[in-house]
Amino acid sequence: MKRLVSLLTLLVMMLGFIAACGQQPVAQEPTPTVVELTEEPATEEPAPATPTEEPQETEEPQETEEPEDVTPPTGDFEGLIKIATQSPLSGPQAAIGLGIRNGAELGVEQLTEPLTSLGFTVELAPFDDQAQAEVGTANANNIASDPDILCVNGHLNSGVALAALPTYRNASVPMVSPANTNPNITEGGYEVAFRIVGRDDVQGAVAEQFAREELGIQSVFIIHDQTDYGQGVAEFFRQNAEANGITVLGFEGTQEQSQFDSILTPILPQNPDLIFFGGIYSQAGPLFDQARRAGITAQFMGPDGLDNAELVTLAGEAVADMYYTSVAAPVSQFPAAAQFAQDYQSRFNTPAPPFSAQAYDVVGICVQAIAQAAVDAGGKPTREQVVEALRNLDPYEGITGTYEFNDIGDPTEATYFVLQVNYDPDNPEEGWNENAVVKRLTIAPPESE
Amino acid sequence: MVVQATTGSGHLVGQRSIKTILLEIFGPLLQVLMFVLGSATILSLIVILFAFVLRGSRTDIDLLQGTLIILPQVIIDGMVRGFLFATIALGYTMVYGVLEFINFAHGEIFMVGAFVGAGFGLSLAQQRMLADFPPLLFVVLAILLGMIVSGVLAMLTERIAYRPLRNAPRLVPLISAIGMSLFLQDLVRMIALATGMGFNVRFQTPPLGGSLPLGQIPIGGDRFASFSIDSRALIFIVAAIIMLIGLNYLINVTRLGKAIRAVAQDRATASLMGINVNRIIALTFLIGGALGGAAGVLFGIRVGTINPYVGFLPGLKAFTAAVLGGIGNITGAMVGGIVLGFLEAFVASYLSLFTRGQFAGANYADIAAFSILILILIFRPSGLLGEATTQKV
Repeated sequence: MKRLVSLLTLLVMMLGFIAACGQQPVAQEPTPTVVELTEEPATEEPAPATPTEEPQETEEPQETEEPEDVTPPTGDFEGLIKIATQSPLSGPQAAIGLGIRNGAELGVEQLTEPLTSLGFTVELAPFDDQAQAEVGTANANNIASDPDILCVNGHLNSGVALAALPTYRNASVPMVSPANTNPNITEGGYEVAFRIVGRDDVQGAVAEQFAREELGIQSVFIIHDQTDYGQGVAEFFRQNAEANGITVLGFEGTQEQSQFDSILTPILPQNPDLIFFGGIYSQAGPLFDQARRAGITAQFMGPDGLDNAELVTLAGEAVADMYYTSVAAPVSQFPAAAQFAQDYQSRFNTPAPPFSAQAYDVVGICVQAIAQAAVDAGGKPTREQVVEALRNLDPYEGITGTYEFNDIGDPTEATYFVLQVNYDPDNPEEGWNENAVVKRLTIAPPESE
Repeated sequence: MVVQATTGSGHLVGQRSIKTILLEIFGPLLQVLMFVLGSATILSLIVILFAFVLRGSRTDIDLLQGTLIILPQVIIDGMVRGFLFATIALGYTMVYGVLEFINFAHGEIFMVGAFVGAGFGLSLAQQRMLADFPPLLFVVLAILLGMIVSGVLAMLTERIAYRPLRNAPRLVPLISAIGMSLFLQDLVRMIALATGMGFNVRFQTPPLGGSLPLGQIPIGGDRFASFSIDSRALIFIVAAIIMLIGLNYLINVTRLGKAIRAVAQDRATASLMGINVNRIIALTFLIGGALGGAAGVLFGIRVGTINPYVGFLPGLKAFTAAVLGGIGNITGAMVGGIVLGFLEAFVASYLSLFTRGQFAGANYADIAAFSILILILIFRPSGLLGEATTQKV
């Protein structure tokens, strides 16, 4: 295989020489059609060719060519840079996980110009963490042992990310998450952890504030799914509710997936105004459905884990007009992401799911940081240098917002949304895409202690 | 029960009076009913006693009132859980009776039943016939379909995975059963994903009616606590009772039932008496599987959402119920299921109330319920209805 590649390269180089003798446009044509690797030697050819002509000219033009000259020397850089994604590509959360991978794929195709112009080849290395901590950690070990991977785009689940972070830290692999909202991601003291989304504590606070001010809630029963994510949001909701005078009637965790009667029965006589569920839609669906059938009339609310069209399929009428908070509004909410949504639809034949646009931006951020580190280091940067570059990132203007990071890796400003479910009994999954954003807040992360 | 080998011709059935037949069908059922009432009463008294004792410890709410308000609902939950475990446990106990082996794939047979029912509902919905379908007919058809598919599947697993290993050491078919269980889980997952049902499947039904309100209790201020029976819970309980009557008839009155009991007592001798043992074992799997499938359909109707792993936990608990009742004993399996269901429902609903939310009930329900189970087994090692003899069944 290697021999074949080198033979091919040699052939292309010779072709380049021959063509260079003739017409120049022809010389450029064969290069893009062949393997990407061959682009570097091909672009190298003209580089030495021009300097040989330069000495004949005066010093003045040489100086004017200086800015252009910056590129040819850096064009000497070569090598493969991989950006990994870690998200569930199989299992119940695959729909969102695939969105992250596909968004990143589009990013690698469209945003890697700063690196390719330096002479690097950029590749995507998708990993399937199956939404399981142990799989994510195993993948993290693979990532750590591949020196070409300079940036990880992931995870979807905070629990998985927290399990994988020690491995990333030991290998200094920077992780930029498009979706992790658990505070411990950045509060946990991992200098390699970054994210471009908001935090659960703020999301819990946003939900609590909305429930209190806009819905007039006076009592709440809180249920969570015992994961880092669900319990985290629920915990912050509770703290804020207690501080602001909402009666918290109960706080229960459960991993039950289908039969919720024993949780719902004690709720029934307490008749809360609101049931807040911290968790994922697959559990929330049957829970809400059974709660309505048991005669509970409370409103339901939850975090972005509920943001999936399948929730309406599972819960039906029970979630009509329900409110939920989110750190990732539908892609349609970001005016700058219209082109992305279109590209995604035409490329993958499905509408872009939540977090796919963020995953696209993460690729852009990784590319900018790696390119910066490469210029600073004068070659392919080390992972430590990429982490450093991310920490001091110049504001990156992405399609979902403008991002730079604070000392612990949180974005200096994050956007939160409150959405309302649009229930369409005839076509529930279609109706979900028209969920309306009823409130939009841009909030800085809380001061870390 | 002594098998009378001389009566293979079946004259005995004709000779028995209607009264004995009725007694044989409804006798075990009366026993089950007794345990339902008994468990409900004893557990209710216990929680009321607790509430009375702990009354002073909470000032924010009236503990006694809180206890009494949810009591009817808890009893209904307990009955639904109890009958669920009972119908699944029958499959375990019948197979154990004839083969002395635990069919760990039975939880998956149950899950397949639920999927068949959900698939039936989904296909009706796709034809746009679901909303106008007569609800009762839907329930009956779904249960029948679930019974047929699950029963045949159980028979097939026996033929493929267990029969070739019948004379192997006892652990070997056990491993085979666990393998079968994993295989079925992932097979169903594959089929569900390939046919576009999805991983989490909604069990669509025609409108079955909402919950039937039973009453309202004022709980201070302008708040009211209402309690009601979910119509689906009613369907569950009624259907389960009808199935148990049918099973008792089959086992205690028909010749087939007698053959099954004979094989359970002594396979070799039964075979000498002219009973086709292989056929009886296959039929036992068919009956147990059909019951499991019906339970799956009822479970799906009740909870509304199913996934391919939904059979694991009920399966495990039903197995426990079978052991609690005395494994191999058919009435025991029903009784064990009822007792376990009530224990779980009470612990899950009241633990949180009595511990001021320190132990969120649903989390610790399993621990508490199984601790009580261990206690019962310490004092009655062969189960509630198990006979303390060396004889099987």
